[in-house]
Formats: sequence, structure tokens, C-alpha cells
Amino acid sequence: MASRKIQEINAGSMADIAFLLLIFFLVATTMNVDSGIQRVLPALQEEDVKPTDVKERNVLLVYVNKNSEILVGGKRTDISLLKDEVKNFVSNPANDPNMPEKEETEIELIGKFMVSKGVVSLQNDRATPYDMYIQVQNELTRAFHELRDDVSMMKFNKKFMDLDEDQRKAVQKAVPQSISEAEPRNTTGGK
Amino acid sequence: MAVMKKKGDKATPGISTASLPDVIFMLLFFFMVSTTMRETDVKVKFRLPEASEVQKLEKKSLVSYIYVGQPLQSDKYGTAPRIQLNDSFKSTKDILEFIASEKDKLSEEERPLLSTCIKADQTTLMGIISDLKQELRRANALKIIYAASKKAPGYE
Repeated sequence: MASRKIQEINAGSMADIAFLLLIFFLVATTMNVDSGIQRVLPALQEEDVKPTDVKERNVLLVYVNKNSEILVGGKRTDISLLKDEVKNFVSNPANDPNMPEKEETEIELIGKFMVSKGVVSLQNDRATPYDMYIQVQNELTRAFHELRDDVSMMKFNKKFMDLDEDQRKAVQKAVPQSISEAEPRNTTGGK
Repeated sequence: MAVMKKKGDKATPGISTASLPDVIFMLLFFFMVSTTMRETDVKVKFRLPEASEVQKLEKKSLVSYIYVGQPLQSDKYGTAPRIQLNDSFKSTKDILEFIASEKDKLSEEERPLLSTCIKADQTTLMGIISDLKQELRRANALKIIYAASKKAPGYE
């Protein structure tokens, strides 16, 4: 009797098929992880609504001109000092009457906390280089991150990044990231 | 003679390729998992600015991209920075429509989560970015991300 062997599937071309798929995925996909600085734009205001008044002492004006110079509250500042100036302004450690007010707020997990009302208003010229603008945004973010780290170190003895969801929310409430991006000044009209 | 014969038998055996498919499949799965599909052909030159405080983009399906930079084919499109939406150059006026179509792709509950990633060249001037931002405000797409590549913190 002739033995009827079950024929085996030839797996010799398996490698070729796999190679083909591999090359397809190499070509059709990208690997780079996108990263960036997140911001929320202010909602467009309706014509008849008056903009909310903010006391002058609560606003720190940061202006980047077309020569990449930074003016903080009217004074020229180097970018390396910007972070500390913003930190100092927002936290107002000496309770200076010319610096932002603080409001005692009850926050879950933290308890009573003096929340600063300070707002950083970032303005730019139409001819400001994008790179400089991002550097300034970066420094502002860094200032707020460090303030949050300080608060979470004080209250939870951990860095902000290591906190859990609820604690993070509490710290975010204690140190709101108040950066306002104003419309540009049309001084030079460059494109 | 006997010694000679023994020597001749000792030919180097070929490397077994039986496990080659397995190795290739492993690589294939690695690439399938770690990469994402390319969605648009980028037609502008851009080098992203560097920043230290960047956050990773989380849900890619909720992000729409706007590219700003000098066209790659500068003989055809000129050297002035242009805005690219999807696969073609557009002007700021088309952004409203673009955002509306991006919102249509998402389900009702995901719509407020739509964010827009601005990938602009470092040398771009803020004028074009400001126009873009104004238009995004008008389109009510308020969550934006300034794309930047990671850099070590601090200034040297």
C-alpha cells in the first residue's frame, strides 16, 4: 500500500513574504514621536462683550520684538533671567503691593492655599522669529513647571511628574498656568 | 589515506536559515507596533525649534497638523513661507474649512478634544503664525501645540 503522507506546506518562501511585509511597513510608516508645547488659545470675544478687567499689578507683560529682544514689564531682560523673573512675579514671595494679589482658596488634598492671580501676557511683533517665540514660551512653561514642582514638593513631598491624577489636579489648581497670548502689535507690518 | 579522508569530510556546514522567517517576523512586529502610518506628504522644509519643556502628543487621531515653511519645490512655489493643510498649499482663509472637515471626522464626544499641531520652521516670522492663530480662534479650535524637538533643559 502506498503510504499517503500529508503534504507539508513549503515554508521556504515564508522569509520572502515576511521581508516584503517588513519593507512595506518601513516605507509606509513613520517613527518620530511628535512633541511640543501645548497651549490653549483664548476664545474669540464677541464684539459687544467688554474684555474682563485685570488689575495692572496682576499682569506681567512680556514682549518679544523683531530683534529677538525681550522686554519684561518694560525692562530689557536676557532670556536666561526670564524664568526666574516670571517665577518671582507669579509667586510674589515678599507680598509686594506692586506684584500680583493672592487669594486664599480651599483646594482638595492641599487645603487652604494662597493662589496667585498673576497673569503673564505674551506679546510679539509680526516680525519676531518663530524660534525666539518658542524659546520664550519654553521659559514661561519652565517657570510654571518649577512653581508646580515647588508646591508638590511642599505638600506631597514628590515631584509634580510623580503625583497621581487627583494630586496633579490639586496642584494645577494651586498654580494655574496663566499665560495669555495677546494679538500681535502691528508695528512693523512685516510678514 | 584514512587521515586525508577524514579531513575532507569536515566541510563547514551551511548556516541554517530555518529561523530566518521568525527573525524577520519579529522585526516586522516591532515596526508594526512602534510606528504610525504616514498620513501626509510634507511639502515644506522645516526644522523644528528646540525646547526643553515639551510634552508628547498623546492621541494622534485627535491631532490635525498644519505645516508652515518654505516650499520644497521652490522653483515652482517660490521661497516665501507657505501653509500646508493635508496635501496642498493653502492660505489662511482655508483654515476654517480644514478645521471643520477635521472635526467631521471625529465623533461627537471627541470634537472638543481636537487639537492642532503647528509644525513651523524656526526661521518663520510670527506674522504668518499669528494669522494662523487668529484663524484657529475663529474656527474655535483652541487647543494648539507648537511642535518642538526635545532639548536638554537649561541654558548654557
